[in-house]
Amino acid sequence: MEVLFPRTLEELKELFVTYPDGRIIAGGTDLLVQLRKHGNKPSALFSVEHLEQLQHVEEKETEIFIGAGVTHQQLWELPIIKNYFPVLHDAVAVLGSPPIRHSGTLGGNLCTASPAGDTLPPLYVLGAKIAISGKTGKRCVPIAEFIQGPGCTMLEQGEFVTGIQIPLPAPQAFSAYYKVGKRKALAIAIASLAVMLEVNPDETVKNIKLAWGSVGPTVMVLPEVEAFLKGKVLSDEILSQAGKMASLGVKPIDDIRASAEYRQCLTANLLLRICRD
Amino acid sequence: MRVKFMLNGKQTIVDAPADRRVVDLLREDFGLIGVKECCGAGECGACTILVNGTSRLSCLMLAAQLEGVEVTTIEGVAPEGSFAIVQQAFIDCGAVQCGFCTPGMVLAVLDLLQRNPQPSSEEIREGLSGNLCRCTGYQKIVEAVQVAAALLKGRRA
Ligand SMILES: Cc1cc2nc3c(=O)[nH]c(=O)nc-3n(C[C@H](O)[C@H](O)[C@H](O)COP(=O)(O)OP(=O)(O)OC[C@H]3O[C@@H](n4cnc5c(N)ncnc54)[C@H](O)[C@@H]3O)c2cc1C
Ligand code: FES
Ligand code: FES
Repeated sequence: MEVLFPRTLEELKELFVTYPDGRIIAGGTDLLVQLRKHGNKPSALFSVEHLEQLQHVEEKETEIFIGAGVTHQQLWELPIIKNYFPVLHDAVAVLGSPPIRHSGTLGGNLCTASPAGDTLPPLYVLGAKIAISGKTGKRCVPIAEFIQGPGCTMLEQGEFVTGIQIPLPAPQAFSAYYKVGKRKALAIAIASLAVMLEVNPDETVKNIKLAWGSVGPTVMVLPEVEAFLKGKVLSDEILSQAGKMASLGVKPIDDIRASAEYRQCLTANLLLRICRD
Repeated sequence: MRVKFMLNGKQTIVDAPADRRVVDLLREDFGLIGVKECCGAGECGACTILVNGTSRLSCLMLAAQLEGVEVTTIEGVAPEGSFAIVQQAFIDCGAVQCGFCTPGMVLAVLDLLQRNPQPSSEEIREGLSGNLCRCTGYQKIVEAVQVAAALLKGRRA
């Protein structure tokens, strides 16, 4: 495999023409593990490490743009992420381990499209849009459209992600990410929940967004649960009722980490953490 | 391809396949066998090196990615024949048993103390969570980091 280092988006586009089977490598923490396990090496890897346009974070008036090549460690250190996007800050804090976070990127986590990807539920509740570029031009799509199934995105040959756009949440919005794994570090989620919540002055729910990880083929969003909670005052009892609905709505599987039944139970119980915070 | 980088403080040029894993390059071509390989998949931290001062996993890096960077392996953390403060603290605290995890662990400690010179024991455990040790049960390693942090603080004062 050749390893090439495009410096501009144009150069990257041309590489996809020269090497149609080429693959992008960002941190390599998913790709290199996968290539080693399954062989099937492409003729070239395009490293985006030195592609400046993928490395920057831009704060605009109403939104933030995060380049696909920004690492989890860089995100975690940014004050704007900590202050405005606690749900994303929480998620990158529990992703893998320190050296994985030093290499792994937001774009890589997104394009791997694992149902257990820790940044995905936060990006769903934040209403993120994915900026895509390729030979036929540019487009920008909501994350729920971008992710099409386990390990499957809408990217076509020669297309790549330049970055992620996220609207700034309302100033008083509360957000958080809860993850259950086999242990604290280096643990793929057995189930996880991202929450984004706005409450009215009378403490009723004005707006709530929920997204579960690892309890279905992709991130699970349950509009009926959100609708049920809207207008209510959150309590253990209300959240238990919402949890019953949620555990029926998700589509978990049995695997080596946990049974489907346990995951259903977690789907409901994770909701109770909202009241603890 | 030709790759030019700093290896343990020395300017180095090497001719290697672009996709050669850095762990193989360092161990086999440079004889730096303090870089260990165990899982080969990012899970254990035995292959940890410092790249521009940051801990990275050499089993998940390719030779081409070394161009222009500074690499430190355990062989380069102290002048030949001596130990760095962190290494000495590991010895003094009994934080080394079989020693297989030790090189990666020490480099992870250097990264941690650079970011957070006075970590709490909780922060030490979190900071070293990418490095597995089958022998020590971690407690002595945590103690060694605390001892090293205190010594380094005395130095800076
Ligand atoms: C030991 C270990 C523990 C882990 N723990 C976790 C965990 O707890 N939670 C979690 O979510 N993940 C975990 N991961 C998975 C992985 O670290 C993350 O998904 C990481 O964010 C991947 O990013 P990367 O930059 O390394 O991606 P890479 O491996 O470089 O790329 C991954 C895929 O995305 C494609 N790609 C990358 N960038 C782009 C782009 N800009 N446009 C188009 N395609 C692109 C690549 O071609 C490849 O197919 C773990 C991995 C390891 C090895
Ligand atoms: S050998 Fe690299 S992390 Fe285990
Ligand atoms: S001392 Fe044996 S693995 Fe850590």
